[in-house]
Amino acid sequence: MNHLPLIIKREYLTKVKNKSFIIMTILSPIIMIVLIAVVAYLSQLNSSKQRTISILDESGMVESIFKSTENTNYVILSEVTIDDAKKQVEEKEQYGLLHISKGENIDAILEGIKFYSKDTPSITLMEGLESKLEKEFTDLKLQEQGVDTEKLKSSKARINIVQESFLGEKTSKIDNVVKLIFGGFAGYMLFMFIIIYGNMIMRSVIEEKTSRIIEVIISSVKPVQLMLGKIIGTSLAGITQFVIWIILGGVLMMVVSAIFGINMAEMQAPQQEMMQQAMEAQGGDMKIQSLMSAIYNLPLTNLIIMFLLFFIGGYLLYSSLYAAIGAAVDNETDTQQFMLPILMPLILAVYVGIFTVIEDPHGTVSTVFSFIPLTSPVVMLMRIPFGVPIWQQVVSVLLLIGTFMFTVWFAAKIYRVGILMYGKKPSYKELYKWLKY
Amino acid sequence: MNNLLVANSVSKKFGDFTALNNVSIEVPKGSIFGLLGPNGAGKTTLIRVINQITMPDTGSVLLDGQPLQSHHIKDIGYLPEERGLYKSMKVGEQALYLAQLKGMSKSEAKTRLKYWFEKLEIGDWWNKKIQELSKGMAQKIQFVVTVLHQPKLLIFDEPFSGFDPINANLIKDEILQLRDEGATVIFSTHRMESVEELCDHIALIHESNKVLDGKLQDIKREFKTNTFEVGLVTNNEAELTNLIKEKFEVSKADYKSLNDDLKLKIKLNNNDTSNDLLGFLTSKAEVNHFNELVPTANDIFIQTVKNS
Repeated sequence: MNHLPLIIKREYLTKVKNKSFIIMTILSPIIMIVLIAVVAYLSQLNSSKQRTISILDESGMVESIFKSTENTNYVILSEVTIDDAKKQVEEKEQYGLLHISKGENIDAILEGIKFYSKDTPSITLMEGLESKLEKEFTDLKLQEQGVDTEKLKSSKARINIVQESFLGEKTSKIDNVVKLIFGGFAGYMLFMFIIIYGNMIMRSVIEEKTSRIIEVIISSVKPVQLMLGKIIGTSLAGITQFVIWIILGGVLMMVVSAIFGINMAEMQAPQQEMMQQAMEAQGGDMKIQSLMSAIYNLPLTNLIIMFLLFFIGGYLLYSSLYAAIGAAVDNETDTQQFMLPILMPLILAVYVGIFTVIEDPHGTVSTVFSFIPLTSPVVMLMRIPFGVPIWQQVVSVLLLIGTFMFTVWFAAKIYRVGILMYGKKPSYKELYKWLKY
Repeated sequence: MNNLLVANSVSKKFGDFTALNNVSIEVPKGSIFGLLGPNGAGKTTLIRVINQITMPDTGSVLLDGQPLQSHHIKDIGYLPEERGLYKSMKVGEQALYLAQLKGMSKSEAKTRLKYWFEKLEIGDWWNKKIQELSKGMAQKIQFVVTVLHQPKLLIFDEPFSGFDPINANLIKDEILQLRDEGATVIFSTHRMESVEELCDHIALIHESNKVLDGKLQDIKREFKTNTFEVGLVTNNEAELTNLIKEKFEVSKADYKSLNDDLKLKIKLNNNDTSNDLLGFLTSKAEVNHFNELVPTANDIFIQTVKNS
């Protein structure tokens, strides 16, 4: 008798109807968006506070470069001594005082620039001032030596190396960034999915043990069927939750940005920054166009097929291990000793993905880890956008499927024995013995 | 064919531990079969083998003459000792789910459930969650789920644990009724008074081996010692006792009684009948109490386990 659909249905419905599941599904994106909105709002608040800085330029050479902006108000002082200026700034509770002393030549002036303030000034402010002064004094020094700075500026060359593979595929820096985002996103999604829903499977196996229903069920259903039903049912619930999160998150994001006028897209995620830099290097007007072509350049069909294969394979591989752990122990606190060997390869995969795939997607380390089944789903998913030979993909998938079958067999063995064992916390040695029962 | 279930020299090892060693049992159709044994003797393993939860290393199990196959699951109803239900699931949904796992259709399961829920007067629990019910209430649901699919073979492992005397009686009557309707029952328990009350066949498993089996009545006959418990009215207890001791083996008896009689246990001599003893006693004193000491299941259990 095939009870798999029945079990899947029950697992799915109990998960989906569970109150805390519903609350988490709805609340998580709301909390995320609210958090992002608050951070965005606060950082806007912070930067919109105007600072007043007094400038005492005794050399009289650079006064003109300090033009007040929205965020900073420059007050040019003159005809006062430095001591009076300090007092004045302190009384008016201004942010600080920039003092440029007199000097015989520019080099002497450069040594006598000081900033006075009540508290330690912010780093970005100091960097801003330094770069302003540096630029102006460099120009001044160049002029002093008879260089025409206008000519110098106009003769600056902008370079964007066009990359082309031997097969004639054109790529550019922006392509690489887009690939990185795609691969990183896919790998990270899988990682999150495994951790969240793997745990859920484990808990639901433990629940069956602690509620002692397992023997009732197992007298009508094969343990393997129960295990697979659990894994599939929970995964479907997970996919449901994920989809709702993405939709709800997207909608909320639009609503919030419409209401508060905060442009979420400008939130500076590190990748976005990299992308912007890359795009700036290509020249502003081509931005959208090159982004589209970068996405278009991705091996999309290949990516989607492999994403599905590795996602499902990797997820099933890990979740069967989670199910086995759940069957081996009596309560959640006992799971720790078995969790580490599962989490280690997973975390390793993400680190390899982040540190080596970005640097060298086809290097030895990335290639090797994209074959090892426990790390391949994450690492390979990150590599594929950069173009991986088909044979490598096929071999890796086959290895993954083979290992998956082995772990399901292994997990089913542990599961079959473990679900009927109560009371004691098994050691690895005992688990090994169970395999032979 | 008179036996519904036959186990032929079933053995099962877990690593170095032997859980069952060449155990054979025969469960006659329509009987209530007591599966007895001390803790850890191997009863649960045998039951799990019958339920195809555990595969035996050697030996076979026949149900209705056929070797066990997966479709036999629907012919067996099993109430394990370690039992429970999904705590956060509603009673009705849960019962339907478990019934469908036993191969019933949803509508059929619903009708049968309605019948049982009315019979046990638990109809208004349908939409309650298990965690809202008391232990005894949950046990009732479990009993219903076990018998719902009208299996040929019912296996109850400590069915009365968690029930108050009224409900235990109710369940006992239901079991008897199911037997009368044609079901065969395997009954595992440590409560010897229920064995006494319900079982007509028993098997005793001790340290992975079957040490005793057969009809309860036959076994009792085998174990009887031809000893009688008597209560005599007399003025001189010592003299009377000595008088009897001349002819029979005598020891002190202790039973509940309203009179201050001389209470004795008297063992018959080899060729004597109970009438000989009674005749002898009535000639010496007034006999207030005369009762053959039949070994209880409890006695048999303790004696067998201690001797083996």
